Amino acid sequence: MARGAIPIWLFVGVILAIYGIIVLIASIYVPEGHVVSSLGRHAGTAWGIVMMIVGGVLVLFFRR
Amino acid sequence: MRIPLAWPDWLIIGIYFSAVLVIGIYLRGRTRTGEDFFLAGRSCSAWVAGLSFIAANLGALELLGWAASAYEYGMLAAHAYWIAAIPAILFLALFMMPFYYVSRTHSVPGYLQLRFGERTRALSAVVFAILTILVAGINLYAMGLVLATMLGWNINFSIWFSSLTVGLYVTLGGLLSAIFNEVLQFFLIWFGSLIIPIVGLMAVGGWSQLVEKVPSAYMHLWATTAHYADNPMGIHWVGIVLGFGFVISFGYWTTDFLVVQRVFAARDLRSAQMAPVIGSFFKMALPLIVILPGLIGLAVLPKLGPGTAYSYNAVIPLLMQKYLGPGLLGLGITALIAGFMSGMAGNISAFATVWTYDIYRAYINRQASDARYVRMGRICTLLGVVASILTAYIAMGFPSIMDYMQALFSLFSAPIFGVVFIGMFWRRATGIGAFWGLLAGIATSVSQYALVEAKVLPVSWITFSPNASIMAANMWRAWWAWAATVVVIVVVSWRTAPMPAERLEGLVYGVTPMPRQEVVPWWQRPVAWAFVSLVCFIVLNVYFW
Repeated sequence: MARGAIPIWLFVGVILAIYGIIVLIASIYVPEGHVVSSLGRHAGTAWGIVMMIVGGVLVLFFRR
Repeated sequence: MRIPLAWPDWLIIGIYFSAVLVIGIYLRGRTRTGEDFFLAGRSCSAWVAGLSFIAANLGALELLGWAASAYEYGMLAAHAYWIAAIPAILFLALFMMPFYYVSRTHSVPGYLQLRFGERTRALSAVVFAILTILVAGINLYAMGLVLATMLGWNINFSIWFSSLTVGLYVTLGGLLSAIFNEVLQFFLIWFGSLIIPIVGLMAVGGWSQLVEKVPSAYMHLWATTAHYADNPMGIHWVGIVLGFGFVISFGYWTTDFLVVQRVFAARDLRSAQMAPVIGSFFKMALPLIVILPGLIGLAVLPKLGPGTAYSYNAVIPLLMQKYLGPGLLGLGITALIAGFMSGMAGNISAFATVWTYDIYRAYINRQASDARYVRMGRICTLLGVVASILTAYIAMGFPSIMDYMQALFSLFSAPIFGVVFIGMFWRRATGIGAFWGLLAGIATSVSQYALVEAKVLPVSWITFSPNASIMAANMWRAWWAWAATVVVIVVVSWRTAPMPAERLEGLVYGVTPMPRQEVVPWWQRPVAWAFVSLVCFIVLNVYFW
């Protein structure tokens, strides 16, 4: 894209990885006062891991 | 319907707003010339341009509105993603992109100036500028509505806060910043939305259980359209094909500068052709995150719509509330915000380009320096944001913003498509014919809309269906506007002197030598992937017949 700019894919990877970590933590340690179904917790855990993996792969491939 | 959020949700939303601003600030120093600011330096790869092409379209009502339509009309709503998108996107890639690219135009009105002269360019530029601001306003209002209803923010604060964020990052980095953010938004939309149907489908008991729980008439694309009375949309398949599948679809995907501008930013012709083809695969997959939640809503949610506690637009928020826990909820809301922002940013950057190149440079200040045009682009990005805020309040006055948006497309996109289509493929079309054709098309659609609204003209006269829905009326209106445009262009062109052939080179099919492209293996050729996309499109239509 823009000459010399950080690749957009690196930005995307970093954000996805950070979001994955937040979702994973929030699904394992559900914040007080919030009720989540078992299905919702499983989904959050799995989705957090998927996002971390996708984000990690993008960071790995497009790091400078 | 205020959804209680936990700290991880707020953190995710906060990171998102910070990230889009950081991208804008980062790219500010990299947009020095007009080409950088308005066309991202024509340096995007096919993937970046393709994802941005789809993300710009994922605006106002894609997520909330079409999920609501799926709840209201069932699988018929999926036509918006298949018949009303794929053929037009592939046509743009294979047949129209070479002309746009060879002419090196900055915009669609710019192409019309090269082909037909100043009058047609002026009319289309003004119409397009109005259309982008009105549609940006819809995006803004929808975003404000989501923030207000789901997060409990004041709607005025929501509108101003969101619009200033978009205004800042587009003003700073121009199209480059918009495209950069759109790629990020594309991923966030998918990751934030895809989890809803996955969890929903698991909760329902799988696809087979869903099919059992949803009424059969809601599960077909074409089987119920042989008669208007058999389907919830009240439309015959001819209306779907002519209005939705041809005019609205081709008008939007091939001539709406909002999406076409993303492809102009591609680095070479092959990338420019490949970008829409890549986009077509993602467009075809979008029903997974839009239509499927609507159908799941039919199976698991209480009745929505007029006379109930919630409107159809509440399908996605209700499913999010039902299935998503802390973290995922913030991700889902971020997906909605990202969708609205990408739609609004797309319209604002397109408005800035058309205003600067097709109005300011063409009629107000022809001799300015490149730096001055970039400054003007930044100023009118901000002006566009302010105008969008005003039009957001207009959108507030309409009972259904979805119908409002479709009405806008049928009013303005259809005639512009008629002019570009004829201009590109019929060498005998003249400048005078194009101008009067465009004017006649706009007059036809606007007068039809006004007469039907005023109850002077029965809607059945234009739709051939006494119980036509508003969407059916929009589809048919688009068809009549396009037909009027084409008929007037043909008649007037035959009665005026033809344009010299040398003026048409590079602009019209048949008199333009196609640029030689590098020889690449078949799997890197746009036509090969367009064929694969077409096969997928046919298979989906047959499967969900």
